[in-house]
Amino acid sequence: MPRSVNHSLQRIGAVLLRYLFLLRSSWPRLIELAFWPTLEMIIWGFTSRYFSQHTDNIAYTAGVLIAGALLWDFLIRSQIGVSMSFLEELWSRNLGHLFISPLRPWEWIVALIASSIMRVLVAVVPAVLLAIVFYHYNLFSLGLPLVGFIGCLFVMGWWFGFLVISVILRFGTGAEVLAWMLIYAIAPISAVFYPVAILPHWLQAIAFILPSSHIFEGMRAIIIHGYFDAAQMAWAVGLNIVYLFIGVAVLWFSLQNARYRGAILVVGE
Amino acid sequence: MPAVEIHNFSKRYGAVTAVEDLSFSIPQGQLVGLLGPNGAGKTTTMSALLGVLLPTAGTVQVLGVDMVHDRFRALPVMNFSSPYVELPYRLTVKQNLIVYGGLYNIPNLRARITEIAQELNFTHLLERKAGKLSAGQKTRVALAKAMLNKPKVLLLDEPTASLDPDSADQMRTFISNYRAQTGATILLASHNMAEVEQLCDHILMMKAGRLVDQGTPAELVARYGEENLEKVFLSIARENQGEHQNAA
Repeated sequence: MPRSVNHSLQRIGAVLLRYLFLLRSSWPRLIELAFWPTLEMIIWGFTSRYFSQHTDNIAYTAGVLIAGALLWDFLIRSQIGVSMSFLEELWSRNLGHLFISPLRPWEWIVALIASSIMRVLVAVVPAVLLAIVFYHYNLFSLGLPLVGFIGCLFVMGWWFGFLVISVILRFGTGAEVLAWMLIYAIAPISAVFYPVAILPHWLQAIAFILPSSHIFEGMRAIIIHGYFDAAQMAWAVGLNIVYLFIGVAVLWFSLQNARYRGAILVVGE
Repeated sequence: MPAVEIHNFSKRYGAVTAVEDLSFSIPQGQLVGLLGPNGAGKTTTMSALLGVLLPTAGTVQVLGVDMVHDRFRALPVMNFSSPYVELPYRLTVKQNLIVYGGLYNIPNLRARITEIAQELNFTHLLERKAGKLSAGQKTRVALAKAMLNKPKVLLLDEPTASLDPDSADQMRTFISNYRAQTGATILLASHNMAEVEQLCDHILMMKAGRLVDQGTPAELVARYGEENLEKVFLSIARENQGEHQNAA
């Protein structure tokens, strides 16, 4: 392996290790990570059970709600994973040390992504396993397309997180609430628990440009109709590629802009 | 090749000028003091040298590397310490040094951490969380982080801030020995004039974003006809440097 690649991997590993140390040092953080996905799974699990006993609607009885809740958590935890890693640096006023080190911006971005994967696994896997135990709902019953759905939700969380970081870099810690808030703003048009068709026409047009709406439509196609809608997956992948490119570009521009404003050493203060 | 070379460096934020037309160079192996009252432009200058601030005009080079466009060639052999840029407070001192050792690709990292902890006398703090350290202990650990990669160019902002006189003296000895042993170039910003007088070969005096004077501590003291560097500093800060410069 070339020395430069080896050094890059070492630097990415160092940043990841920093987040691992952080998680390991705080059991409340670990519990908090897994708490919300598990709580949501329990609520939607009981809701599903109620509907299954009081309605003939196959959508509710077949686990659409619980699958939607679990997959939605993959998206928000992926986004929050990226944003939180950045916020940890702001809160500890450590961003300056990172950016005066040999850590390249792309290495930092890879480390944020790796950290996001780590946080999602800690957060969502317990909820997925508990759904099997409590509600006999196995998310893995979605089969191979599940890998595609989860992959797309991860990527969407990343580029969304990059945009959130860019806003916080520009406006400072006063904007940190966006790290939790913004992703929920797209929940109504992501069609997590109901089809896009139920939205007003003008909202359907907006939903169409979100990868998440295609992912949840694809999920429902498998659960309710038993087929894999390749077109929905293609839309989700295509849109994600475009948005990931935009997200990285915006983050890169924001970092350059922070260098221009001299904000790197003082941001977070 | 100078270790540091700044040429016609200016930084403006809209109507506010932080640094105006600053030029200086530092030969390799020198320990130079960057002095000036608050708002003089010291942090702006250091930020530009670290590549985290883009100039409005001018060039900034470290070891011949353009810090605007090519900073990653120089950053592995540079480092920086400041009491105003902290280390992650939830990590232990050792974890912090492991993370930063990884970022600087330090070989035999564990041995290096042990070595630097012994040299700076904080072995007993390695397992303590950074957030639980006293201000003086934080300053020592921050210096250790800055020394991990044995930098050829070291920027120190208030390296003895919050230290008691004994600890501060140990730090000064450490910095001085490090320079003598490695030939490193050190740029030091401090408000402790006795410290600057003791450590520095050369002094750059800044005020209101401009370089207003420079020389060895002895030259400056003699030029201004003062007893010591602190009085020189006060003289410059109180805006009567013009006549002295003309006389010089």
